Amino acid sequence: MEPELATPFRERAEHALGDRFLQEALTIATTKFITLRREAFAELPEGEALRDQARAIKEATLQRLDHWLERLVENVEGRGGRVHYATSADEARAIVLDIARRTGARLAVKSKSMATEEIHLNEALEAAGVTPVETDLGEYIIQLAHERPSHIIAPAIHKTKGQVAELFARELKRETVPDPEVLTRIARGELREKFLQADLGISGANFAVAETGTVVLVTNEGNGRMVTSLPRVHVAVMGVEKVIPSMTDLAVFLAILAKSATGQKLSVYTSLVNGPRRGGELEGPEEFHLVLLDNGRVRQIAGPLRESLNCLRCGACLNVCPVYRQIGGHAYGYTYPGPIGILLTAMLNGSESVKDLAHASSLCGACVDACPVRIDIPRMLIELRKDVSEGGIAPWSERLVFRAFAWLLRRPALYRLGARLGRLAQAPLARGGRIRRVPLFFGEWTRTRDLPAIAPRTFQERWAELEREARR
Amino acid sequence: MTTAAFMVTCLGDMFYPEVGERIVRLLRRLGVTVSFPDGQTCCGLPLFNSGYHAEAAAVARRTVEIFAGAEHVVVPSGSCAWMVKHEYAGLMATPAERTAAEQLAGRTHELSQFLVRVLGLRRFRSAVAGTLTYHDSCHLLRGLHESESPRALLREASGARFVELPASDECCGFGGSFSVRLPEVSTAILDKKLANVEATGADCVVACDAGCLMQMRGGLSRRSSRVRALHLAEVLEVENHLPEGSGEPLRGAP
Repeated sequence: MEPELATPFRERAEHALGDRFLQEALTIATTKFITLRREAFAELPEGEALRDQARAIKEATLQRLDHWLERLVENVEGRGGRVHYATSADEARAIVLDIARRTGARLAVKSKSMATEEIHLNEALEAAGVTPVETDLGEYIIQLAHERPSHIIAPAIHKTKGQVAELFARELKRETVPDPEVLTRIARGELREKFLQADLGISGANFAVAETGTVVLVTNEGNGRMVTSLPRVHVAVMGVEKVIPSMTDLAVFLAILAKSATGQKLSVYTSLVNGPRRGGELEGPEEFHLVLLDNGRVRQIAGPLRESLNCLRCGACLNVCPVYRQIGGHAYGYTYPGPIGILLTAMLNGSESVKDLAHASSLCGACVDACPVRIDIPRMLIELRKDVSEGGIAPWSERLVFRAFAWLLRRPALYRLGARLGRLAQAPLARGGRIRRVPLFFGEWTRTRDLPAIAPRTFQERWAELEREARR
Repeated sequence: MTTAAFMVTCLGDMFYPEVGERIVRLLRRLGVTVSFPDGQTCCGLPLFNSGYHAEAAAVARRTVEIFAGAEHVVVPSGSCAWMVKHEYAGLMATPAERTAAEQLAGRTHELSQFLVRVLGLRRFRSAVAGTLTYHDSCHLLRGLHESESPRALLREASGARFVELPASDECCGFGGSFSVRLPEVSTAILDKKLANVEATGADCVVACDAGCLMQMRGGLSRRSSRVRALHLAEVLEVENHLPEGSGEPLRGAP
């Protein structure tokens, strides 16, 4: 159970709305991301075609996922790496812990990885006596704060620079100022030591190229390269859907990934990891392990959430989502926040886990437009809502209201009578065509907004007159 | 002789009948014979979006029947037009039903699209004075890919000034049942929208969707704002359609 889930979603959202620092941080960061993304694609006339191509590659790869995974395994092993297959989060943790135990690791440096967040690897490592140190600056910040990432690519997006300065002063006992450059220098100094001491490097993977057995990491801080090259052992954990056939395909994704995520043409570092150090090479780990994580993914190849397997984890849908922009990532309560996060949560934990979250969207579709591979998130949210309503997960009262509404909509005479009755009922409440407060269901509306009153004469009641008007 | 059936929609019928009246008069003035098929209720979008698809299908089926004979169907809301055009066919059970739904989809138009892309008109006098701005309704913008038709009408509306709304493509926070399931979040999104509207200095924010209008009007009225939220039909003067200029017509799909 995630710690954030102790209160209902609506309360978590309300709490986020009241957090002044969160609101400031979210507005600044998401607005910046939106602008940078827009500018980056404006400079790329072939951007739209590349997006279509990227989507087609993902779809084609999913069609033959078994084939491409087999090729990947073959080629990673051919380069001296070892591949492990984890059906569940439990299995994935056990695999990593086993590697740590066998190699006698005490200190693990990690580069940013949502897959390891998904399997709650840090807690498991700690429990096994291995200290995990996050080396991505954002991840480092939230690890110090004992929090969870609130954005897929910007884990500390919810924190202001002032809050980070306070955190460093408290946790690192360092005098500092709320200046990103100064703060980064402090973190860099702290982390340099860890890189040199660590005996285990743990990373995720943005892609894995089947034909060459290459794991691809896209980072901005260079920490990914240190994690994958300095420690004796490197373990990469990745969802099975991250495999792509070839280097040619990789070029298509790299052309749009960073632009979608941060508006950069390319991220600062694109690391191609080709297994352990070989004879004659000066750097690289002695052992390389690739953990392929299923955890509910494979089932969805033939499931209603299939399209979400195309996700590149760029975070663009979060930045443009009006709900995410208001409540941030923590309020969602699970590893993956935002619109895509709702789908991934359902994939990992089932439809029931998103019975409220499935409704945390106005279905505005901004996410589809921003998504580099055009994942139709609103459509799948509606599918999840369908699971919730038809699967009897929604409260009986809600189901009754919607079914009664549907029943009424098929009986026009009663529907018109309903309008007349509504008019009678609203009489004590309506002033000048608007209603400031109503009880029951629409009371949620009128707490913050006025409700229009049902018109003195509906359009249907006016039609006879309009018809006469035409004959004149 | 063009004929069109008017689909008033549930919100349009009960809350904004004057919008429907204006549309009927406007279309007649433009030489369109307007009918109002009997038995209309709601397009079923609220049911569909909340995941009640069997119920939405039943409602869709009767709407398809009601409008079966129409040459064109004109809808005052982008979201309802989107529902008919994009979702009806998928809800049908038999090939015959599906064909009927697809035919209706092809003949259904949101108002601004009907005026600009079907009738090829865009020059109207404005019924309101002052400065106008435009909010892109999500379903019209991203569902029907329409941003130009309403703007063309508003830019050319003589007697009023048109200014662009910053972040006009961002949601107003309505989202149907979302607005009452998560009213705090819905209102926070609305506040942002209204702050943008007020920053333009416009007298009116125009939209082509009764849902967005209900949300924006509700918020404006609660904060006693001087800004009005109007449906496109309330801005276009019924009586005076001006001679069309030499501008390139927009006709055809966006």
